[in-house]
Amino acid sequence: MKISRKDVLRVAELAHLGLSPEEIETYRGQLDSILSYIDKLKELDITNVEPMAQVIYAPASSTAESNHPELREDVVKPCDVSGPILSGAPDAAKPFFRVPKVIER
Amino acid sequence: MSAATTWTIAGVREALQAKKISARELAGEFYARIDRRNTELNAYLTLSPERAHAQADRVDAAIARGDDLPPLAGVPMAIKDVISTRGVRTTCASKILETYVPPYDATAIERLEKAGAVFLGKTNCDEFAMGGSNENSAYGPVRNPVAPDRVPGGSSGGSAAAVAAGLAVAALGTDTGGSIRQPGSFCGIPGLMPTYGRVSRYGLIAFASSLDKIGPFAGNVADAATVLSVIAGHDENDSTSAAVPVPNYAAEIEKSVQGLRIGVPEDYFGAGLDPEVKEKVLSGIALLERLGCKRVPLRMPHTDYAIATYYILATAEASSNLARYDGVRYGLRVPGATLTEMYRQTRERGFGPEVKCRIMLGTYALSAGYYDAYYLRAQSVRTLIARDFADAFQKVDAIITPTAPTPAFRLGEKTSDPLQMYLADIYTVTGSLAGVPGISVPCGKTAAGLPVGMQIFTPHFKEGSVLQIAHAFEKAGGSSI
Repeated sequence: MKISRKDVLRVAELAHLGLSPEEIETYRGQLDSILSYIDKLKELDITNVEPMAQVIYAPASSTAESNHPELREDVVKPCDVSGPILSGAPDAAKPFFRVPKVIER
Repeated sequence: MSAATTWTIAGVREALQAKKISARELAGEFYARIDRRNTELNAYLTLSPERAHAQADRVDAAIARGDDLPPLAGVPMAIKDVISTRGVRTTCASKILETYVPPYDATAIERLEKAGAVFLGKTNCDEFAMGGSNENSAYGPVRNPVAPDRVPGGSSGGSAAAVAAGLAVAALGTDTGGSIRQPGSFCGIPGLMPTYGRVSRYGLIAFASSLDKIGPFAGNVADAATVLSVIAGHDENDSTSAAVPVPNYAAEIEKSVQGLRIGVPEDYFGAGLDPEVKEKVLSGIALLERLGCKRVPLRMPHTDYAIATYYILATAEASSNLARYDGVRYGLRVPGATLTEMYRQTRERGFGPEVKCRIMLGTYALSAGYYDAYYLRAQSVRTLIARDFADAFQKVDAIITPTAPTPAFRLGEKTSDPLQMYLADIYTVTGSLAGVPGISVPCGKTAAGLPVGMQIFTPHFKEGSVLQIAHAFEKAGGSSI
């Protein structure tokens, strides 16, 4: 058994996920079987294999400029969306989102 | 026009220009069809008649003025409910976003609207696009229009079912590990996953950002090409979208396939592949050979590691992306005495079982002490899988495989065991990890009448070749092989 009940509770806490007692056992079993399957990755020798941190590199034929389309001019543009965004919030007091008290006195 | 009319993009254009029907009337006809079928199929979650009618009226006004019509003028389309639509509820098929109305349009949506498309509504899917059967939707499963006791595939099951049932002419889906190609295969229509970065992800509600792609479903390959031409191209709002020129796909698909080298990797035809699916796809390959393609045997040795790699990386990214659903800014909030209690209860109540399972798996893989063993190792294996593709494309122009190991399975058949569901993604996740484009094109039916899909991969940004081969195959009768 790779995953204990304690592991499930630790992960649920990290993920801010409330779980019922039945869910704890269900996920323990599911995570255990999935992670046991995933252990097959240990069969491979990955010495000197670079982790793939970027999916696509721009092809060599593109110009220097288009190699970095993400680098655009830093120009301020109006973005007046606070009204519609706050109106979709569960509890807003313009211009803020309200949450339960987080500071103890 | 009868209820049975099969509309294509070209057919819509012709009918509108000849004034046989108005865009408004056509939208009305599609809403009537949806009225008749959607209770059974559950393909649409939200209809958007107000927006559709405004879009149709603009097209009708352009026709009245005698203007040139944009490429998708009046074309009734369905949009997967993970893509943001301004003013139209977007739920991701989750309870946590049950009432969420985006204040902006995704770039793909903006481009479709500019091209004259008419948005009928938002389609059902697996919650946050996590699943392969559409059974993980918080709003109930979708039924396969070809065989209603079976799943339509997933996660873009509603979009595939809508097009296959004639409830939309084309649709947008999203593909992270097979979510366009596999439902295309199960429902018997073409479904295209573009290259990573070909279509902007701006406004696509994120599942796994290094794998998510928006792409089209349509009734035929040429229509999928038309939709891709509209949505493809660089977008300054998505830094991962590529500044690679967009070719004229309509011209590309008419090129001859004579002399193209097609690779057939034996790793995709081994244990676990349904014999009927195997036979159909091998017949499909034989048809391509008759069309002048040269068959080349291949090995792609890391194929067997793709599922394990995918489910570490996709869940790790998901656990991070879905952290934003905390009851503060949008969607559901379940009150709690403290902020942490509010987070926990909101997420407990708002997320369904599969989403919770994946958040936990991803959180585990990224947590202290496990990061190197799982996430970093999987990133390295992703490199090996991408190399399998790069090596293959030294020898061939395209790779041909089955899309899925089986035809559509029965509702409820695989829901109890997530791992069994994951294993069915074996042939699609490889290309997802490599970031290459791929299509599922109809390739005959089993004896029981269930559609089979043939998958075509090409190198990065060669969607033109994918569509060219798929179009030649379709024209040569591949769908009834």
